[in-house]
Amino acid sequence: MDLDIATLLMVDGITTGAVYVLLAIGMVLIFTVTRVIFVPFGDIAVYAALTLSALEAKHAPGTAALVAAVAAVATLMEVTSLLRHGKARAVPRALAFYLALPLAVSGTVWAASGTDWPMPVRIALAIVAVLPLAPLLDRIVFRPVADASVLLLMIIAVALHFALAGIGLLCFGAEGVRTQPLTEAALTFGDVLVSGQTALIVVAAASFSLLLFLFFNHTLTGKALHATAVNRLGARLVAIRPERAGTIAYLIGSLLAAISGVLIAPVTTIFYDSGFLLGLFAFVGAIIGGLTNYPGTALGALLVGLLGSYASFFSSSFKEVIVFAALVPVLLWRSIATTHSEEEIEE
Amino acid sequence: MPLLEIERLEVSYGRIRAVQGVSLTVEAGQIATVIGPNGAGKTSMLSAVMGLCPARGRVAYDGMDLRDMDVEERVERGLCLVPERRELFGEMSVADNLLLGSFPRRPARAVIDRGLEEVFARFPRLKERRTQRADTLSGGERQMLALGRALMSKPRLLMLDEPSLGLAPIVVREIFVIIAALREAGVSILLVEQNARAALQTADVGFVLETGELVSQGPAAALLDDPRLIATYLGGAEPLPIPVRSKSSTHSIVDMS
Repeated sequence: MDLDIATLLMVDGITTGAVYVLLAIGMVLIFTVTRVIFVPFGDIAVYAALTLSALEAKHAPGTAALVAAVAAVATLMEVTSLLRHGKARAVPRALAFYLALPLAVSGTVWAASGTDWPMPVRIALAIVAVLPLAPLLDRIVFRPVADASVLLLMIIAVALHFALAGIGLLCFGAEGVRTQPLTEAALTFGDVLVSGQTALIVVAAASFSLLLFLFFNHTLTGKALHATAVNRLGARLVAIRPERAGTIAYLIGSLLAAISGVLIAPVTTIFYDSGFLLGLFAFVGAIIGGLTNYPGTALGALLVGLLGSYASFFSSSFKEVIVFAALVPVLLWRSIATTHSEEEIEE
Repeated sequence: MPLLEIERLEVSYGRIRAVQGVSLTVEAGQIATVIGPNGAGKTSMLSAVMGLCPARGRVAYDGMDLRDMDVEERVERGLCLVPERRELFGEMSVADNLLLGSFPRRPARAVIDRGLEEVFARFPRLKERRTQRADTLSGGERQMLALGRALMSKPRLLMLDEPSLGLAPIVVREIFVIIAALREAGVSILLVEQNARAALQTADVGFVLETGELVSQGPAAALLDDPRLIATYLGGAEPLPIPVRSKSSTHSIVDMS
């Protein structure tokens, strides 16, 4: 391997790493606020990519019908539970949130699908189309067992992933898609040629990470989310509703997932089941960061991208093996080095 | 109309009945204290009033039945609990902890700043430590932060669970001075304490809880002179503020700790 190839691989690694950064940060956000390791996170990214591809082909994306169906189930569950607990006055609000809002989204996407919109509009539509999914699935799948152990929640999340991959096959078909390039521009840094697409991915990952940082440090909602992650009981005692914080976490997480899906769709062929590996790589990055620490997660995700890139040069069939094998020393080191400080901060 | 009315409250954990038919009222502007040994059901009672654990009986706050109200809604209506474990946001700064205290009312920035100034005036130590992480504070400072965070929500009824627990005697005195000052500021307080003498000296009315049942109640000053209480909880003529956990009495006291 000469220097040129090494540089090329590095650029490639940073690009995929940047996508994993977005995904991994979203995963950490959802995990810390809700304790759910949201395995189907990659599926959300894939849904966004497949939706964008359907919009480009002027098909009605399957996401529209899916969101409507999921919204109906979630509404039914929420309204039933409200009525059973004697909270009839909260029903209109629940209807607006669980039914009207998602239906408005899927209706808009469905109505827009036949027309030839400019690319930015299509992308925005594809992103918005998948946003309601995770919060609604949270209501249906996770909230009834919110007090369960992290392990149980994760097992449910794995099951949810397989369900979503199957539904993806149903909604979008088995064919792989590649969406139109976001830009044809190319930049040169010295001898290195960097495609505009690559630059865009890195810039997007960096700017959304920064936005998230600002959100957590400078808004009351961001701090409330952080507080829920740090101490759920403490949060409830200052009237922060963990369920609502969870919904916001799922929304922001889905936004990050959808953006990464839209960003990689032009450079990688996406299938209905590509989400699993995508999510798994991001998850490895998040674990390297300790699952609770954002800068660590971002570094870990970049590392996974680089490792994967070099690994696929040396032996592409062993790419996954090499990346996952890297997890072993990290976990060993973590279990030795961590003094379990998270739970034991109380006096 | 009393601010808080508890009627025949019962709390059970499986077969253990932690609170058995307790009825008491707290009037607006009062400090009421509930004293009793470990495992008497004091914390369970507060949890039930806050909605943190299932309970039977009736709890009315400001004339409203609390049955269908979740914890968060109770907080939004000015019912505020400072639990024994403080439940601070450890990895966040003192200032952020206080800021989140204002979350129940989501006030404008100017109102938040005024609230912060008030809390800092009451607890100058917190102002010095405002950028420090909450989990680096000492026990007394944590209790002050927990009180300050509660005050940021402008509570009408503040429920304090063992505010003096684990604190040095000099800090205990400081905390009780602050509690007395809060009444002057118009906050009603339900104070749960093992430090019976200090609690009764600060409170207007007192309730004595033993194995989940109310065994005595009355004006705090009268309880301080009650010979039985002196023998059981006030440790003879011991000076303030030694925590009293006497079990050498003729009354059976179940210690479940």
